[in-house]
Amino acid sequence: MSELSEELRLRIRQEFPKYPNKRAVTLPALHIVHDAMRAVSTEAIIGIAELLELHPAEVHDTMSFYNFFKDEKHALGNHRIWVCRSISCMLRGGEEVLEKVCNKFHMHPGQTSADGKVTLEFAECLGACEGAPCILVDDECHMDMNAESVSALIEKL
Amino acid sequence: MAKFEPVLFARINKPDSTSLTTYKADGGYARIKEFLSMAPGDVTNLVKDAGLRGRGGAGFPCGLKWTFLPKDHPGPIYLCINADESEPGTFNNRILMEKDPHQLIEGIIIACHAIRSSNAYLYLRYEYGRSYRVLDAAIKECYAAGLLGKNLLGTGVNLDIVLHRGAGAYICGEETGLIESLEGKRAWPRIKPPFPAIEGLFRQPTIVNNVETLCCVTQILYRGGAWFKSIGVPPDPSNPRDPGSYGPKLYCISGHVNKPCCVELPLGVTARELIEEHAGGVWKGRKAKAVVPGGISMGFLSDKELDTKLDFAGPGKVGCLGLGTAAVVVIDDQTSMVDVLFNCCRFMSHESCGQCTPCREGTAWMTKILTRIRIGQGRIEDLDLLMEVAGSMGIIPGTTICGLSDGAAWPVKNAISKFRGDFEEYINSKRATETSAQKLMEVH
Repeated sequence: MSELSEELRLRIRQEFPKYPNKRAVTLPALHIVHDAMRAVSTEAIIGIAELLELHPAEVHDTMSFYNFFKDEKHALGNHRIWVCRSISCMLRGGEEVLEKVCNKFHMHPGQTSADGKVTLEFAECLGACEGAPCILVDDECHMDMNAESVSALIEKL
Repeated sequence: MAKFEPVLFARINKPDSTSLTTYKADGGYARIKEFLSMAPGDVTNLVKDAGLRGRGGAGFPCGLKWTFLPKDHPGPIYLCINADESEPGTFNNRILMEKDPHQLIEGIIIACHAIRSSNAYLYLRYEYGRSYRVLDAAIKECYAAGLLGKNLLGTGVNLDIVLHRGAGAYICGEETGLIESLEGKRAWPRIKPPFPAIEGLFRQPTIVNNVETLCCVTQILYRGGAWFKSIGVPPDPSNPRDPGSYGPKLYCISGHVNKPCCVELPLGVTARELIEEHAGGVWKGRKAKAVVPGGISMGFLSDKELDTKLDFAGPGKVGCLGLGTAAVVVIDDQTSMVDVLFNCCRFMSHESCGQCTPCREGTAWMTKILTRIRIGQGRIEDLDLLMEVAGSMGIIPGTTICGLSDGAAWPVKNAISKFRGDFEEYINSKRATETSAQKLMEVH
């Protein structure tokens, strides 16, 4: 993966005035890069570190704490589907939804489809327990799901 | 009792409830200039005297927290808004942010005035994409209308609100974990003292408040402390340390009920009332076996404890950790507590930040022991082992930095002491209920 584009650098720099130091821009910068490139590569970490005047290890230290960010070996598909497995969803069949969808698309949780369209994952509580089982498509929540409705959503992507 | 008229949720079902125009038409921001002309100390005293306790889980008195800031500090002082709502079963703040963002922003403006802060950081969990978009639009409207920015409405007050998105870590809801995460580091909670009010974000005095708490601040300013105190439960006279449980509270009800929902009621309703009158009863005509009173880290109520008052003191009287987030999760009588407890332990093990050994190891081993039980290889001694592990982790035995560990231990302690029969029967039957779905997730 190549270095950060000038556009991404600019968007990261635009975050600087919001915080009293550059280190606080680590999470916003990781989000900007991760969202655009579907992973944060080693080169991108070095690029972010240069902008934030940090050591690349400091950026990597923060990034690796949050399971959310993927490195280049685990790049995401175009869309990310999270199926909630926490208590309220589990009680109403969330885990079975995840299993059926995995089987239908021949994927394990965490894998990306062969066409690169979808990454399927489990999530801890998504905070939509009144609509359990619920899923997240990128960052948009869908409630009262079943295996059929999740599959239909995936096929439409 | 007369039907309670929602206050925090008064506007959530109105059309276009998120826009500044409709918020103003409903009387929002009408007295903000007056509030900003009050002495900051008077605002703090008003909130303190109203008896508002934090809605995020610990129930610490809000006004009192504000008074811990150093006097005459040259600044900057920061306000962090904790919108990292991740406790399983909890979704009240999401509804507040998605449906009535200006009620929250008005509360932020008032709180920042009280604590003399010009910088507020709203730490929002990444998963709340809709909240992010609604809040982002609402904040932009406020800047355009002069309600945020420099010289707010000509009062000489400056205030900026920065929306900061998290990255899916439960521990960021712990206030010092949140601060570390905001600073761009891993969200490892800090050793206290110093408390954030003395040294918090960017090593400056900082107040961290929950979303619902700040929405209550807005309502207290408009309706008065006496109004707030007329709702809820006064202090228990036999306990001189009980500050009481005043005001309305958003109760989330989910799990095995007919109508999962979030309702606003005076503090102190019983779990039974919530289930029967507000959530349409237990589903499929079944009975409740256990009820989580306030998010899984608070433990469990048994079916005999459903008349427990869900105020700040109630759950503690029956062995739970506390009221927590007041997120009620109902578990029906066809469900094994072994499966429920496994789910809780797996969550805590996944979300432990790994900084303190008793928590990192304890949550992992409790999950392993429960997995062993669930593949039919459990031993009766495992129950004592679970109790021993649970008893040695957390702030209460004094072995960890933050309370996540207590929240991981409590469901174990409650489940085994209140439902031991369930566990013994399960182990003796040698049955295995680990599902293929769970095996899939282990591969991950």
